[in-house]
Amino acid sequence: MQLRKDYFADVRKDGLHEIGQGRPRLDSPGHVTGKTAYFADRNFPGMLHLKMVRSPHHHARIRSIDTSEAEKHPGVVRVLTAKDVPHNVYTILILIQIGPEDETVLADGKVRWKGEAVVAVLAETERAAQEAAAKVKVDYEVLPAVFDMEEALKPGAPLVNEYHGQNYYLYDSGECRKVRFGDVEAGFAQADHILEQSYQSSPIEHAPTETTGCVVAPEGNDRFTCYTNTQAMFFTLDNTSIILQMPGSKLHFVGGTVGGGFGGKVDVIVEPIAILAAKLTGRPVCFIYSREEEMQISSPRAAEKVIIKDGVMENGRIVARKVTGYTDAGAYSRHSPYGAQKGAAHYPGPYTIPNVWIDTYCVYTNRTPSSAMRGFGVTIGDFALEVQMDKLARLIGMDPLEFRFVNAYRDGDMKAHRQPTEGAALIECMQEASRVANWPVAEKYMAMSSYRKGA
Amino acid sequence: MAIRRGRGVAAINYPTGMNLGGDPTQALVHSTPTGNFMVTLSSVDLGQGMKQIMAQICAETIGVPTDRVVIDTADTDTGPHCMGTFASRGTHRAGNAVIQAAKEARQVMLEVAAEELEVNASDLETDGEGNIQVKGAPQKSISIFDVALSAHFKRGRSISGRGMFLIPRSYPEKETGAMKPSTCYAHACTVAEVEVDDETGEVTVLTVKNVFEIGRALNPKMVEQQLVGGSWMGISHALYETTEPYYPSRDHGGTDFNQYLMPGPGDLAETEIIVLERPSADGPFGAKGPGEMCANPQIPAVANAVFDAVGVRIDTLPITPERILRALKAQAAG
Repeated sequence: MQLRKDYFADVRKDGLHEIGQGRPRLDSPGHVTGKTAYFADRNFPGMLHLKMVRSPHHHARIRSIDTSEAEKHPGVVRVLTAKDVPHNVYTILILIQIGPEDETVLADGKVRWKGEAVVAVLAETERAAQEAAAKVKVDYEVLPAVFDMEEALKPGAPLVNEYHGQNYYLYDSGECRKVRFGDVEAGFAQADHILEQSYQSSPIEHAPTETTGCVVAPEGNDRFTCYTNTQAMFFTLDNTSIILQMPGSKLHFVGGTVGGGFGGKVDVIVEPIAILAAKLTGRPVCFIYSREEEMQISSPRAAEKVIIKDGVMENGRIVARKVTGYTDAGAYSRHSPYGAQKGAAHYPGPYTIPNVWIDTYCVYTNRTPSSAMRGFGVTIGDFALEVQMDKLARLIGMDPLEFRFVNAYRDGDMKAHRQPTEGAALIECMQEASRVANWPVAEKYMAMSSYRKGA
Repeated sequence: MAIRRGRGVAAINYPTGMNLGGDPTQALVHSTPTGNFMVTLSSVDLGQGMKQIMAQICAETIGVPTDRVVIDTADTDTGPHCMGTFASRGTHRAGNAVIQAAKEARQVMLEVAAEELEVNASDLETDGEGNIQVKGAPQKSISIFDVALSAHFKRGRSISGRGMFLIPRSYPEKETGAMKPSTCYAHACTVAEVEVDDETGEVTVLTVKNVFEIGRALNPKMVEQQLVGGSWMGISHALYETTEPYYPSRDHGGTDFNQYLMPGPGDLAETEIIVLERPSADGPFGAKGPGEMCANPQIPAVANAVFDAVGVRIDTLPITPERILRALKAQAAG
């Protein structure tokens, strides 16, 4: 790695004592010698193991659940179903007023994705819990499922989630989050060329070294300590408090040392049910995802579809951009309404375009619920935007890097969401990339700056 | 049939912190009688090194070496509130809270030192090595250890401070989408060079040259670890990863690291990282959040390089050999 200190030297104060120094990490020796303690290193006498019975169907009505055989299995201490959960229907972003509550801790009457938690089994050993889980009998009536966002949005599509009432998230702005800037149709009308293209992606796994999980210990005073690898301590505590209808003062969360998150540990999935289990049994409980659960049950990055329509001039200026983004939330909201909204704020990318129209939808399907992941709401959008930029440059016969200089945002430029650009550095990144990759561009681009006089 | 070479470019920006704000973080700082400083948080270190960065920020602000700072996180009984570690917010939000807390503690520390040295607190400075001295007269000094002892046992002062950072929440305007999603943005430009085997559809990423602008690089070694890892992840997303390889069928989804495809050591591209630093207006010492954005530009850069190599566009991720071969076949069919 090289630090190029010559850029922006006029606005930077170097020469500090500790900041800017590549000090060795104080936690590294523990990590690389296996001495660092993670949540799963906590072990308590009498600790129970929790295993989930999961839906084998993408969409089904639950006619009946029979746990009698499982309860008789040697080593089983308790079996939990929806009726045991005090506030079973929840949604995590209710904490920032993004409702409605739309997801069950344990399925109640219906399952909406393959892998959904239906029954929790608690046993003395992991093996006993696993064996007993296989003895739970659930009678399902399989329902039609929908796996494609455009199909889900058509009239007559199976309704995925009754708590929404339609297969998309309803924003205060309507069926999508909207950004309107300038007059996009007038922009298209004046353009030399129009290019409309569609981009898609697939769900992606976070792949942390440490799988999601927690260990809960009753403190003996009606209070519970939860050792967890959540990415957000109070966010998880507060949601647990709602789900268990338990004052926050009864909950004590300990964590902060995690083997990789990448956004996969901001859902609140394992802690509430494990704390409930500890409360109902009076025993310590651990609930740790297997690698298979981590990869196929925990929320992935959402599949997305992005349609971009651009109007471009022969001289390289993009004069109009219309983006329609679809985020596949799967069966439940989790963080997806927020991610789709973040996409609306991100488009049309780091370019100054006078006429912009953005619609971003959060769509429900019978796929595994998706949620936050590194680059949430932006990563797939950037793939679409930057491939589109390459296509536009080739369409008008311009060098792809020079084409980006022509359109790059600079300090003071008004963005589509009506914030003036501050602290821009796209031009300088491209200038340095031109040098380091030996990708020459015209001198006038190398002379550009993100600064504007007086800005 | 041949191995064909191509290169592609992509340029991106990325917002720091929870979109639309409203995501507070607090910090507490106090000295112990040993002269060490404790930073108490409820923020989570995901392995990226948050504890180290908070220690360096506290040390710089107070004026002590980093190894004199201990980070205590994350316990909800003792740590003040933090929204969480996500959205590239850890360094920016918690870092600002730590600076505010450390400044308050530093002020008390200087006041106690001033009483001991019988000078004005405003005439004192730290030497960064654990001592407080009179500006222009460094021979008149006192160690921070002695100041901590004096504060505790003699002067009855608590060398401590409280910090809080909150960007007020912005609500998007319904019809126009007018909003303030973030206060600062990181930037990147990546050039990727690939070889594509037009007989097998296999892509080899030869080189990725990444230029990142991340505000101030608070610890360049840790910046490097995050950016190199992110660059690898971008390539992995571009060419390999999906939990549903036979979508819409859910069969054959990976359930372990043998089945879930990602590039291994033998697939690593020659990776170059260049860092530019334009300090952000509101970040701790000008820092922005590079944690997420560093994995984004490689995806389109690789996609564009594949097109440059073989002349077909794969607009669906991941860019698998199967998709490339099907596109080449369709192209040949005309």
